[in-house]
Amino acid sequence: MGSFSEYLANIGRSIVTLGDGLAVTFSYLLRKPFTIQYPDRTEKPVVAMLPERSRGILEIDINVCTGCSICAKQCPIDCIHIEVVKDEETKQRVLKRFDIDVAKCMFCGLCVEACPVSGLRHTHEFEGSMSDVHRLMLSFVDKPQPVAKPAKKDEPAPETKPVGSIVRKLLADWWKPANPTSGGPR
Amino acid sequence: METLSNYIADYLELSGLAREILYAVLIVAVAAGVFMVALTISGLLTLAERRVAGRIQSRVGPNRVGPLGLLQWLADGLKLIMKEDLVPAAADGPLFRLAPYLVIVGVFAAFVSVPFGQLLIAADLNVGVIYLLAITSLVTVGVLMSGWASNNKWSLLGGIRAAAQIVSYEVPAVLAVLSVVLLSGTLSMQGIIAAQGGWPWHWYLFHNPFTFLAFFLYFTAAVAEGNRTPFDLPEAESELVSGYNTEYSGMRFAGFFLGEFANIYLMSAIATTLFFGGWQIPGVTPEQQATSWGLQLVGLLIFVAKASIGCFVVIWLRWTFPRLRVDQLMSVCYRYLVPLSLLCLAANAVYMLLIPAGSMIDRIIHYGTAAFGGLVGLIFLWRVFHHIRSVGDRLDLNVLARGQKGRFDPRIQARRYGKFRKKRYSKETG
Repeated sequence: MGSFSEYLANIGRSIVTLGDGLAVTFSYLLRKPFTIQYPDRTEKPVVAMLPERSRGILEIDINVCTGCSICAKQCPIDCIHIEVVKDEETKQRVLKRFDIDVAKCMFCGLCVEACPVSGLRHTHEFEGSMSDVHRLMLSFVDKPQPVAKPAKKDEPAPETKPVGSIVRKLLADWWKPANPTSGGPR
Repeated sequence: METLSNYIADYLELSGLAREILYAVLIVAVAAGVFMVALTISGLLTLAERRVAGRIQSRVGPNRVGPLGLLQWLADGLKLIMKEDLVPAAADGPLFRLAPYLVIVGVFAAFVSVPFGQLLIAADLNVGVIYLLAITSLVTVGVLMSGWASNNKWSLLGGIRAAAQIVSYEVPAVLAVLSVVLLSGTLSMQGIIAAQGGWPWHWYLFHNPFTFLAFFLYFTAAVAEGNRTPFDLPEAESELVSGYNTEYSGMRFAGFFLGEFANIYLMSAIATTLFFGGWQIPGVTPEQQATSWGLQLVGLLIFVAKASIGCFVVIWLRWTFPRLRVDQLMSVCYRYLVPLSLLCLAANAVYMLLIPAGSMIDRIIHYGTAAFGGLVGLIFLWRVFHHIRSVGDRLDLNVLARGQKGRFDPRIQARRYGKFRKKRYSKETG
């Protein structure tokens, strides 16, 4: 008789548990889906929906950069290339090249933490697909310009361009055929 | 069919050979019509399956082809037609090519005897139910044949599993169906529907507690016969790649696929006929319904709605339950379903002997069973709302929506996660 009561208990248990399982999935059927239909069916651009401190493609505001190269030294995979030369006439240090290889970058953020003038920062941009991997070497210096002087203690920090505006422009420019700096490895 | 043919022949004043030719043409036309209807139904079911699966998994599902993604199934069919029809070098060519046709014929031929409406049935056979159960057994042959002819160990295992499973589950399915046949005293599909009524307490589902049980036994066995999850051992993709249809591609694969989905509709349609009163409209007798085209249309819609709900349940089962093991599968069939269906059959026979049809006790039992069914439904709904509430979510009944609005609205985020955060925080801080 013991095994028969077990038999009935099996039936009862399976009915209750199967029913509750069905209730769980049915409750999911009645809820809103989580899916974000990237890229074309979002309320606003996905870039605008990212969390505040998300790490996207790096950018440098060269009007603030002092050419100290701390970021390049910090970088564990050497994806930042900086060239600073001394101008013989004006005796000024001139920023000749500031390239970031986004293809190599692993978005660790060490360079951003190290930057003493907060010129280097992560943007929210992430849509940087290119037909050629070398095109992801972003050049932030068009023509050599003197490096910025670090602000004095009582001076206010210099104005920087809005976050993301520089990278957006660069990425957009890559696709313009007339751009002389676009395309090909350096 | 024959009456229709005679009617047209008399109208055109045909006789002799012309009459026979007209009959033959009509038969081919009806067969083509039934085939197209079955194809469309199974195509739409593939779409329904993907959408329901999406919603159950908090996704959206296919929504890009056509308005709301409703033409996705046509795109899929087109893709499968254009694909190459590969036959493996080691396979047994003729058998390999033949197998999908057996599956398609086995399932689609059964549609001949599905009573979509009072007059809308291709052939109301006097052995309707037995015909349906017999013709769908062709699927077993097709599946076993494809498994054998593929010359692939996974396919062979799948085919053998399918054969064992379908043959085993045929027993409880037939026994459960026999309970209904016993009550209605006929095997004809239309006869069984006519023996029921429009209101739920007239259905055989709520005829007495044992038919209520018989329905669940039939449904379980039918799901197993259709190789659907949780009984999809023949196709078990995590064990057998794709089982008996591993080596198939293109339209031959689509044949198996359409057969499976048509089978879902078929089992729902049979359940609707046997247990849910088919095309019967509440408050309208079959005699009244026969006189009006409008009522015929309503009856058709009622039948399709009931069968669609059945299909939905089968799809829903697939996305809820994990697959059984082979020994569990056999144990469920022979230790639980077969004895219970025998009990149902015997109890129904005793019921018919002891309680005269139409008596007071008979009616009280109908109402009582229907009330019990309603109670079960209410408990189920309560559980559903309990599960929704416990997550702090809200209902969203817009099933066709693409679900892109307001995902990142901070208020929604707060509603979704706020409760838990607060709880955890208060626990941690004491």
